[in-house]
Amino acid sequence: MTKKNPLSLQMKLNPEDFLPATNEEKESLVVMRESVGFWRDGLRRLRKNKVAMTCLIVILIIMIFAFIVPSFYPYTYSQQIQGANNLKPFEFSAGEQARIEAGEKLFPHIFGTDKMGRDYAIRVMMGSRISLLVGMVAAVIILIIGSIYGSIAAFAGGWVDLEMMRIVDIIYTIPDILLIVLLSFALKEPLRALASMKGFHWLSVLGENLVSIFVVFALLYWVGMARMVRSQILQLKESEYVTAARALGASGGRIIRKHLLTNCIGTLIVITTLQIPSSIFTESFLSFLGLGVAVPMPSLGSLASEAINGINTYPHLLFIPSIVISLIILSFNLLGDGLRDAFDPKLKN
Amino acid sequence: MAEETRDNKYLVDIEHERLSFFTPAGEVKALNDVSFKMKEGEVLGIVGESGSGKSVTAYSLMGLTAYPGRLIGGTIEFNGHHINDMTEAEFRQIRGNEVSIIFQDPMTSLNPVYTVGNQIEEVIRLHTNKNKAEARERAKELLTLVGINEPEKRLKQYPHELSGGMRQRVMIAIALACEPKLLIADEPTTALDVTIQAQILELMMELRDKLGMAIIMITHDLGIVASMCEKIAVMYAGRIVEYGTTDDIFYNPRHEYTKGLIKSIPRLDAKDHERLVPIEGTPVDMLNPPAGCPFAPRCDSCMKICLREMPPVTYFSDVHYTQCWLNQKAEFEAGSMTGKEAADE
Amino acid sequence: MARYLLKRVVLAVVTIWAVATITFCLMNMVPGGPFLSEKAISPAATAALEAKYGLDKPFGERYVTYIKDACHGDFGLSLKQRGRTVMSIISAKFPVSAKVGGVAVLVSLLLGVPLGVFAAFKRGTAVDSTLSVLATLGIAVPSFVICTVLMYFFGVKLGLLPTLGLNSWKHYIMPVFALAAYPTSYIMRLMRSSMLDVLGQDYMRTARAKGLSQKISLFKHALRNAILPVITYLGPMIAYTLVGSFIVEKIFTIPGLGGEFIKAINGRDYTMIMGTTIFLATFMVIMLLIVDIVYTIVDPRIKLK
Repeated sequence: MTKKNPLSLQMKLNPEDFLPATNEEKESLVVMRESVGFWRDGLRRLRKNKVAMTCLIVILIIMIFAFIVPSFYPYTYSQQIQGANNLKPFEFSAGEQARIEAGEKLFPHIFGTDKMGRDYAIRVMMGSRISLLVGMVAAVIILIIGSIYGSIAAFAGGWVDLEMMRIVDIIYTIPDILLIVLLSFALKEPLRALASMKGFHWLSVLGENLVSIFVVFALLYWVGMARMVRSQILQLKESEYVTAARALGASGGRIIRKHLLTNCIGTLIVITTLQIPSSIFTESFLSFLGLGVAVPMPSLGSLASEAINGINTYPHLLFIPSIVISLIILSFNLLGDGLRDAFDPKLKN
Repeated sequence: MAEETRDNKYLVDIEHERLSFFTPAGEVKALNDVSFKMKEGEVLGIVGESGSGKSVTAYSLMGLTAYPGRLIGGTIEFNGHHINDMTEAEFRQIRGNEVSIIFQDPMTSLNPVYTVGNQIEEVIRLHTNKNKAEARERAKELLTLVGINEPEKRLKQYPHELSGGMRQRVMIAIALACEPKLLIADEPTTALDVTIQAQILELMMELRDKLGMAIIMITHDLGIVASMCEKIAVMYAGRIVEYGTTDDIFYNPRHEYTKGLIKSIPRLDAKDHERLVPIEGTPVDMLNPPAGCPFAPRCDSCMKICLREMPPVTYFSDVHYTQCWLNQKAEFEAGSMTGKEAADE
Repeated sequence: MARYLLKRVVLAVVTIWAVATITFCLMNMVPGGPFLSEKAISPAATAALEAKYGLDKPFGERYVTYIKDACHGDFGLSLKQRGRTVMSIISAKFPVSAKVGGVAVLVSLLLGVPLGVFAAFKRGTAVDSTLSVLATLGIAVPSFVICTVLMYFFGVKLGLLPTLGLNSWKHYIMPVFALAAYPTSYIMRLMRSSMLDVLGQDYMRTARAKGLSQKISLFKHALRNAILPVITYLGPMIAYTLVGSFIVEKIFTIPGLGGEFIKAINGRDYTMIMGTTIFLATFMVIMLLIVDIVYTIVDPRIKLK
């Protein structure tokens, strides 16, 4: 092979080209990517996720219908309209028809009425309210109990941790569905007795069954959360950047705020979001079996359960709550997936 | 005719290879005009920092370019094969057979649910006609070859039952099972303890002397290439910025990046006041590489031209060349001088 | 390995004991007792009944007797189905649930695993998105919705499939579909993500570098690793499906244990509730244990524990 230095001959070069470049010139070449914080980066990724954003909008719409619309809706969920039993959607009873002919303006029964003459649309809205409430309250209960238990175990360490985790292991292997059915059955009576006592009247306002559902969640469902929080904290406790922060003299509070919280919070948000649909799922299941909320309070599960006998003649009574509950659970699941992708990519598998 | 073509003299002949990863964020130009040749039995070291394209170069030789990477230019010849237009089925014929690879992390490179024996015999039976018993015999032989004692027992063990160094020996045994012409070692010692590192490197050199295969040693550790390799290619941002014999690179480095690398090695014979000199700055963003020399923003001797134009190749000998404007400077000054003289006349 | 297994067995026994105790306490906590609902019973008759079922003895004594009997598989007499022991009802009803559940388990494995692998291979394509939408639906839609929708369209509207009982193979289609929808979707998602994970592992690159064909590296190297998470899920899944979903049995009037449990709850058949709970819990815990043991065989790394 011979020496060949072709380019320098081909190109026209000036002596200035070989002068040293200034630092400014050098820096202008280095295009630094904008560094973004945890929240902004996550929110940006979430906004880009069309599925998750659609689900968020669906959830917001359902929430408006569940919590705001009923307050000015012309019918109430327990109001029985005389002679308006089992109306088809947009149908009026004979009595109402007469009033309309007399010049009165009546709001249509969008989804018809049930066999007791109650407007079905408002019942579905109230049912969604119950389902959403159950889901969110349960998720908060689980979040609080689980993270407290998990962090105590992780920070205490040693035999305390070992024993606490053994309890978690046992609760984990207890078949939850069985115990939930059993508990909500067994708690019904004591709660009713408690509600009749002075100072506990609020229990009956909420409904004993609803309270017992919350108690069940609080007793059983926190173990997954506790495990997750514990392992996160243990991992962080041993991670090098926390050791480094401690070595640099950061205070305990600062370490918890800056490192533990920012690293855990993504996971906590994701698990809590995914907990909501699973609680709603369980509530609808219990309501369907007749162990859910008390009459006349509707829940989506109990609405479906009541409608099943009339499936041949009034299928819409069954399908409307079924579709709404599927939509709620689906949206929360997909939103949770989206949040996980955005804030906690390492959870993906 | 064919015997006389240049191609057959070399085991590996890569010319102007270009390879890009087509990611959602845009085209990442992983290799820009990479060329080098290797003779049979030669040991080449490819040095560079992470993301410089060392591994990508070696993987493309085996057709192991990861999705979404694609070869977009140049030619690659290996042992008489035209790698560019080989099908996946043809690649399977040579992988593990004519060319093998050892990966960086022996902890994760062996399948955890199969025994060591199973994984060695698998490759033997794939590329030879040996039956099960013969393959087991050969596996035992290989384990002895790579310095593992009690091969009989080891064959029945699972990867997690072996130490890191032992696992890397197993990886070497798998790679050498079919006596390849070329062994690619992708940072084979990075994940190992320092004492084990030396053992593994020694073993590799010993095996090369015994079996005569060529080795491509990919590393970011100049110390390793100094002791092992005959030729060294220094890569930066998908280009070979300097190529030469080990002596050329260590005693006569001509690229500022190579010089920087050498200055950053700790030396036992350093004088008291000498300090390690780190290379400041960060590697270039491969999504939008600069127009000029990719090393320019980090280069202490950067000139105006460096920021604008990619430097041409300067040859110092048959095997030693570099891509740096500084080497063109002297020549340009000499050239412009002669030009001036010519004009004067 | 032996220590690990021993630990698991001890944990299982403790769990079963805990369930039995919780159940017993809960059932005895309920005020009013089992005979409250049946009116027109004189106090004397109630006392006689309580004596017959041993309810007049102190709590501690009843607890010890109950646990002792339960260890021999004796859960006492059913309160509502006169003259039948709880165990005889369970042994009559459980096989029915197990048959429907067994078919559902098979279906969900045979569909879920291959579909998950397929989706992982076609990641990012329309096939993958379609499968992922189906899987998400399968997870999100509650089983009572699936059951009722199936029943309405195939049973009522089209009249294609029978809606009650279990007399022919046609009777199995809807309950099995309803039971298998959730586990199939779950397995599919699990399999897809674990397959993607495995395909990115270094040892898969090693397999390719050896020159193995895609088929061998998939079936030999990837599948065995990727299926591990599915096996972990299999324990609870088989247990839940085999004992029969309460909902599915209620809607399709299948004479299984799940339906019997609901009947016992609604009828306040205390001994039946306790017996069924303890039986089901024991069954589930044993399934978990078996799966754990299978896991140690499939994944050699566990043996070190």
